[in-house]
This record gives sequence, structure tokens and C-alpha cells, in this order.
Amino acid sequence: MSRMTYAQAGCLALRQEMERDANVWALGEDVGPEGGVAGQYLGLQKLFGPGRIVDTPISESMIMAAAIGSSLLGMRPVAELRYADFALCAADEIINQAAKARYMLGGQVRVPVVIRQPIGMRWGMAAQHSQSNENLWVGTPGLVVVAPATPADNHGLLKAAIRADDPVVYMEHKELWLETGEVDEDAQPLEIGRAAVRRAGSDITLLSWSSTANACVAAAGLLAAQGIDAEVIDLRTLWPWDRDTVFASIRKTSRVLVAHESPRVGGLGGELLAEIAEACFGRLLAPPTRIGSPRVPVPYSKPLEDLCRVGPGEIAAAAAAICGKPR
Amino acid sequence: MIGFHSAPSSGDVLEMLRTMRLIREFEEAAGQALQAGHVRGSVHQYTGQEAIAAGVCFHLVHADFVSSHHRGHGHAIAKGVSPARMMRELFGRQGGTSGGKGGSMHIADFSHGMLGANGVVPDGVTIAVGAAHAVKMQRRNAIVVAFFGDGAMNRGPLFEAFNWAKLFALPVLFVCEDNGYSVTLRTRDVTGGPPAVERVRGFGIPVTSVDGNDLVAVAQASRGLIGQVRCGGGPQFLHATTYRWYGHLAHDRGLYRDPLEVERARQDDCIVNAERWLAQRDVGAGRLEAIRLDCSRTIECAVEEALAAPFPLPASAFTDVQDIGGPG
Repeated sequence: MSRMTYAQAGCLALRQEMERDANVWALGEDVGPEGGVAGQYLGLQKLFGPGRIVDTPISESMIMAAAIGSSLLGMRPVAELRYADFALCAADEIINQAAKARYMLGGQVRVPVVIRQPIGMRWGMAAQHSQSNENLWVGTPGLVVVAPATPADNHGLLKAAIRADDPVVYMEHKELWLETGEVDEDAQPLEIGRAAVRRAGSDITLLSWSSTANACVAAAGLLAAQGIDAEVIDLRTLWPWDRDTVFASIRKTSRVLVAHESPRVGGLGGELLAEIAEACFGRLLAPPTRIGSPRVPVPYSKPLEDLCRVGPGEIAAAAAAICGKPR
Repeated sequence: MIGFHSAPSSGDVLEMLRTMRLIREFEEAAGQALQAGHVRGSVHQYTGQEAIAAGVCFHLVHADFVSSHHRGHGHAIAKGVSPARMMRELFGRQGGTSGGKGGSMHIADFSHGMLGANGVVPDGVTIAVGAAHAVKMQRRNAIVVAFFGDGAMNRGPLFEAFNWAKLFALPVLFVCEDNGYSVTLRTRDVTGGPPAVERVRGFGIPVTSVDGNDLVAVAQASRGLIGQVRCGGGPQFLHATTYRWYGHLAHDRGLYRDPLEVERARQDDCIVNAERWLAQRDVGAGRLEAIRLDCSRTIECAVEEALAAPFPLPASAFTDVQDIGGPG
């Protein structure tokens, strides 16, 4: 066990997988001497050379296509797209090629690429550097979507993503880069598709992922002070999401609040609640509810950006309202 | 400019002619099958452009790779993919190259190094450059050929691909099949500045131009270029001018074109040109006719087999989506 940051945990995972499998390589802008925007590649080019940790031009389409093309010949690339916003420049390659190649070509090939695209608001980066658009990828058949919230999960899930034979959209949260936590360096990869119960509780299920899952843990503390015992579930994998853990929790608590940083309208929360309503309708004591950011581009100025954030206060207030509201 | 190598032998040209014939017969049959309702969606016929696929792929070996685009039947046949399996794919049947799940625009056969046709311009090219990156990393003894049309020359990712291939000195031959049209529009009418192929020189990639309807010229030029790429000289670019006999796809009657223009192009038939070349070298008409008949029979059999083949099982719609998660 060592204490390390979320960024360091990702770096460790990639290093270990590159040591384990010579077919693993990483490519993207500034991943070489610079070590990535958050140090998540720091020192790796020295260890593995410029042929396996490849600094690329600002060419998102080609970064993604190089990852795909090399995977067709047996490589296991980790494509760094810097921000989820810029991944949209490679949306064609991700959605039309990586996600569909195996199916369209009748199962002749797999496309084992990891598509790293950090999400979320940080530092007032405004509308083109702050998005969380996981719903786009969850809605695309062929993709696995992962969004870790802790250093240990970032370590275990990145290892799993690299070993997966499917294309995996891997969404780190920018606000988590410097968060520290205990990481077992020798840990095996985590199982993709398995949620974590971050806090056990009996009154309401707070369902979330990524940075907002951490906010839910903080919100549960606020709720405890009000006598409300919240269970916090961190999905960790957004597709396929862990129905067993989610439904078991809601059957126990009979109330659910989904919280996410992306816009509430058209978000993954709506899809989760639809599934939950179909599976658990008879067990619900209150309307299943979702909160997210308003449907506006992320604003720059701090008081405006704050209006888009879903923090512990908003989550606790919404949860308390649900618990006070009989069906 | 690359120096042209010595002319191919009559035997070589006969072999390439057979490939051209096979492609032409395939495309005629595919067009008829579409009209008859056996083939769905779109069929983009390669008719008229056969010399390029045949002349380039003649110099490839089994370990080499090709990638293609929506008009991809010719490249697949020239790389050795079974026309019978391709026809089954067009008919949406079991035993098709993609098990009936891809259709005309997604024909691939990795056992022959055919990385895939592609429905998005120019993604076959960018993926080919990625494959070439792997070839270099893995130190494979192979090269990659990326076929694309002149319409692709106005898509941004293609220029990312040129830069990437040059930057990393990758073993890739770009083959631009310039049939003059971007779907229904003349490419020159939607291109600013000089002809788009001029842009390639700006990347430091040598450009070789050839008459794409002249099989012997294509074969000579590509032999030299492939040799250079194979020796580790980095990317090369072959610009082959040609003409698309039919519309953009089989449903398109091509009414935006002057009938005289089409007629003139048909007079410059790459197959007739190659046969004339052979006749001048004392190859008898009987041999040429035998090739035509043989290819015609092969394709007739492919159609009969495709018609008789069963449709895919319903369960196959839900397989090969992904290992983790599946259709939901």
C-alpha cells in the first residue's frame, strides 16, 4: 500500500501494463517529456522510449485512427485525447470506426483501444474545456465506458481497461488529479462493470460516479447530521452499469437520487432512473429523482460556473427533500 | 519523379487482366442483383477503374495490407478475397465476409490482409496509416496500401494522415484514384486553388502521376513505388487518373454528367487497353476470351451460391458487439 495521487495511480497502472505486455503503447499530445497534462504519463517515455510513449501532433482524428489501425494488427494502444471536449474531434473515429469495426466486419477483429478523455470542470476552463459527455458514449453500441473516482479505482480500472478486448472510453476527472488515496501497487485489475458501495445506508440510495460520487459521500455526511442514513453507490463503469448492486440497494432503501455533473436533460441519470423505475417500481417510496447541471454551456466566471456544479450541498438538499416526500 | 521500371511480361499482364475481368464481372453482377432486389442499400461500382486495383495489388504479397473505401470491391478482389464470399456478403447471407452484418461498404478479410472497405471518407486511409504504424513498431516485413478517391482530398483527417505518415516515416503507399467526381460534383468545382493533389507535395511526400486506365503504366509505376516503400523510404503517393463509368452508386444514373463525357471515357476502357497491349505481343484473342468466360462463370457461380445461402440466424444480430456489456 502506498499513498499516491489519482494521476500517479494512473501512471503506475500504465507502467505496469506496459511492463507486462509489449503490445501496449500510448500516444497523444505532450505525453512524452511533459508527462501528460496532469503527470499521468510522467517518466514513462524515459522508461519505454519514444517508440512506445509517442508524442503526437494535434491531430485527434489521426491519434484515434492510429490507435484503431494498430489494434487491428494486434497492438493494445492507449489513446490520450487530453480532454473529453477534444475527443469530439475524433468522434467519427470513435463512434463510426472503433465502436463498430468488430461488428461490421463480422467478428474478424477486436479493437482493444483505451480512449482516455478527462472530463469535468476545473479551474474555470469554460465551455470547451469542462464538459462531461458520458451519455454520448454510453449511447454508442460497442463501447465500454469507465469513470473512476478514487486513486485505487483509477489504478485498478485503467489496468482492466488496457486488458479489455473492447474499446474502452476512459474518463478521468480533472478535478481528481491531485486527490490522494491508498493504492495497493500489487492489486489485480478491478472488474469492469462492478459498482462500489462507498457508504452503506438504509434511507436513500445516492447513485453517482466520478467526482460527483465523492460529492455524494460528503453529502451523506451532511445527511447523517439530519438523521438520514444514505447509501452511496459509485457506478465506476457507466456501460455496462452494475444493475445487481444498484437494484439491491434501491430495494433496500426504497428511495433513489442520481447525481451527475453533466446536464440533467438528456443525461445518463434519466436512463438509469428509467431502468430503475421498470425494475423497482413497486419498492419505491418516493419519486426517483435526478440532479445535474442546467442545460447551458459551462460558463467561465466562478459564480456562474458554481451554478453548474452539483456539490454535496445540492445533493444533500435534494436527498432530504426526497426523504421528506412520501409517494 | 520515380523512374519507371521495365515493362511487365505478357504473363504478368494476363494475370492482372484476369483480376480486372473478375472485378468487372463482379460489379456487373452486383448491379444486376441490386436491381433485382437481392442486394440492399448501396453498391458503389468500381467499373472503369479496375486497372488501378489490379496494377497496384499485383506487386503485393500475402503479408501486405490494403485498406479501401466505399468503392471497395475491386481492392478486395485484387488482394485475393474470395468473390463468392463477397457476393454472399452483398446478399446479406451466412458465409459472407462479415457474416452478412456489414454489406458492400464493410467487406474485409484479415486472412488476406484486406483491412476493410469503409463507409466514411477518408477513414480507410487514416486507419491504414495506423496499421502502418503497427507494422513499423512490430518490425513486420510488410507494407500498407491505402486506396481513396479524389473526393477524399478535401477532408481534413486525410491531411492529418499525410503528416503522420511522413513524420513517423511509415511504410504506406497512398493511392488516389482520381475519377474526377466527389459524389455528383466535379472535384475541381469544389476545390480551391490548384488541383488538390498538389497539396501532397507540401508534406514532403513524393507524388507520381499515372494514367489509371493504362494497366501497364499503373503496374510499372506502382512496382517502383512499392519497392521504395518496402525499403523503408517512408510514404509514397500514386495519383492515378481514371473515370467512374456508372453513378456514385448503382441507384445513381449519373445524369449530372455529359453523356459524351461518359462515352469518351468508355472508349478509354482499361480492359480493352490491356487487351490491345497483349494483342500487340501476340497473345491470341482466344486466350483473352477464355479469361473473360472463366471470370464470368466464376461470378455466375458466386451469385448462384449467394442466392442459395441461408440468411444469418437472428441471434447473430446480437453477437460481436462487445465482450463486456453487450447489447443491453
